[in-house]
Amino acid sequence: MRFVKESLAATAILSCLTFASYAADHRVMPGPNANEELIEVLILAEPGDTVTIAAGRYDLVDGLSLDVDEVTVRGEGANRTVLSFKGQAGAGEGLLVTSDRVVLEDFAVEDTKGDGVKSKGSDQITFRNLRVEWTGGPKPENGAYGVYPVSSSNVLIEGVTVRGASDAGIYVGQSEDIIVRNSVAEYNVAGIEIENSYRADVYGNTARHNTGGILIFDLPNLPVQGGHDIRVFDNDVMDNDTPNFAPEGNIVGIVPKGMGVMVMANRNVHVFGNRFDRNGTTHVLIAAYPNDYEDDAYMFVPRGVYVHGNTYGEGGGEPDGEVGKIISDVSGTPVPDIVWDGVTRIPEYFSWVSAADRIYIDEADDTTFANLKMISQMLLPWGWWPDKDIAGYKGSLPEPEPVTLPQDKGV
Amino acid sequence: MRQLSLAVERLGGAAVALLLYCCAAAAAPSDTAIMADKPPKLLSEFGFFSDARAQVPTEGVVPFEPHTALFSDGALKFRFVYVPEGEAARYVADEAFVFPVGSALIKSFAFPADFRTPYEKVRLIETRVMLLHEDGWQSWAYLWNEEQSDAEIKIAGAKVDVATIDESGEPVSFTYSVPNKNQCKGCHQLAGEIVPLGPKARNLNFEFQYDDGPANQLERWREAGLLEGLPEDIAAIDAVPDWRDESADLNARARAWLDVNCAHCHRREGPASNSGLYLTWGEAIGPALGVHKRPVAAGRGSGGRLFDIAPGSRMALS
Repeated sequence: MRFVKESLAATAILSCLTFASYAADHRVMPGPNANEELIEVLILAEPGDTVTIAAGRYDLVDGLSLDVDEVTVRGEGANRTVLSFKGQAGAGEGLLVTSDRVVLEDFAVEDTKGDGVKSKGSDQITFRNLRVEWTGGPKPENGAYGVYPVSSSNVLIEGVTVRGASDAGIYVGQSEDIIVRNSVAEYNVAGIEIENSYRADVYGNTARHNTGGILIFDLPNLPVQGGHDIRVFDNDVMDNDTPNFAPEGNIVGIVPKGMGVMVMANRNVHVFGNRFDRNGTTHVLIAAYPNDYEDDAYMFVPRGVYVHGNTYGEGGGEPDGEVGKIISDVSGTPVPDIVWDGVTRIPEYFSWVSAADRIYIDEADDTTFANLKMISQMLLPWGWWPDKDIAGYKGSLPEPEPVTLPQDKGV
Repeated sequence: MRQLSLAVERLGGAAVALLLYCCAAAAAPSDTAIMADKPPKLLSEFGFFSDARAQVPTEGVVPFEPHTALFSDGALKFRFVYVPEGEAARYVADEAFVFPVGSALIKSFAFPADFRTPYEKVRLIETRVMLLHEDGWQSWAYLWNEEQSDAEIKIAGAKVDVATIDESGEPVSFTYSVPNKNQCKGCHQLAGEIVPLGPKARNLNFEFQYDDGPANQLERWREAGLLEGLPEDIAAIDAVPDWRDESADLNARARAWLDVNCAHCHRREGPASNSGLYLTWGEAIGPALGVHKRPVAAGRGSGGRLFDIAPGSRMALS
């Protein structure tokens, strides 16, 4: 046993259960018993404690979990403290957090069987300077999500790097008050995905060499839906050129290679100040949920999307897959920089869409655009054409307040 | 009691039975051990068994069985309930009963050398205990030693290699997982609190073979003073079938399996709430039960399929 400071030697383990109330720093070192030691130290930690995982490689066969509030789990660098789950036999993820006010920082999680690092139902959860990676490159056998907070609130993800996720590298689902910043997502199906979530700021990130860079999705039949108030700004979204390798049935399976930012359903999404380049299908796609569903509470069309002040390099030259074909059959190739499928609800098609629910685009003059008017294709199959007049979509929406998190205020 | 007599039988001797008889008279569970802040290191310290090797309980520790059981890698399971003297659990219609502080639920997991003779050469792997303290249920797993003389607490869980022979005579070997403390809560959780899963009225509402003959478990719990608030008419209480019972309604058998094996996570208040797939016994037929529901974000869990349940479609059975 190698816990250095707080003795968690076998005989003392149980006595720890009765003591509480002072913060301790538990230190775990690599070694043959490290998996058991890590599992135990995370179970026996008390609120206020720090668990330091010393630099080194840890070959783990069983997942880790933390259910104690107010614990910091800290490695000694995302390239120095490496938790490898190559031989993982149990658990659905590498590390699962189910408690509040937890900080995870400065370590790597590699080759988990399922998801990388997950939080479920956590408040004030911080993922900082982590690396989550499937080291064999993009493969459908890789786990679904790298950094994966779900049903959580006050979520801070910063400085993380995620590679190889067969769904989304950084995935925030059914959560509230979210910041994803200064992170790198590459070689995933989706680089960064915000799904069925409220109030998210996604900025300063690099999403490259994924199938799709940044996805803002809302899906039916989930306990939290009606995603809204999302700002995606100041990100580099480029070279998203990895063929889609998601397992069949997953919603990200629809994402064509070379998608920059995709907004599907959701309300009040602002995409601005991003740098797009070399995304082969299109840089920005605004779309309705494409499948049939049974859910009266679900709004399948995007409501209130404002795209402005982005810069667009090359793109649209290689529309990919079914979605790429549907788009380019209508828009032509190269596909324009910004594409809206044009799906509205049928009553609105015959009347009007209220100002707050419309799509607004305000970009430099040479930016290209197409409204595919998919609803018209359905209703008027003999006489429709895409609308490429970007000037017709000028306007703006009031921007959501910046997301503020307790973690950022030194709490 | 079937389990007891079989257990004795498998140890194969009158001498053992005699020994059991002698021990059983005096032994009783230790309320001190159950309520201790830190759990005892050894299972024997609880005093739940007069002969733990044979899973023979002490006075006041009552065996029970759900009609449809959690799969648990096909393990043989021996379950017991203990409620402190003079107290009783309170009947709840659709959830686990509400137990009084000081109660214990005990469950042992074991594998026979050969499932064609399931009660011979049985190896105990682990015994899990749930202990109800003032601040909620505590759950611990005790790993049996090689000698099968006692079991020791394992906070970090354990992996145990199991080799046995299945009902058709085929050798089977696999690694069995003894859960760590957090993994206990991974299933035994309702809205963030640790809860029992097995002792629900619908899954106990059938005849169990006690050592003094068959009796409805709910009836027996009431007679023994273990349970209060039970409706007079037990026949009117919902009952889950044994999923293996081919004479029972097929839908009910399927729902029983899903309820017991999946719904502890797949329910609105459970660890898999975010999936939107809810498989409790009472869930109405619709998308939340999986009908025309897309797997959304199940990863490889989707099995390459587009719907959880697509009515009318048939799946080829290999």
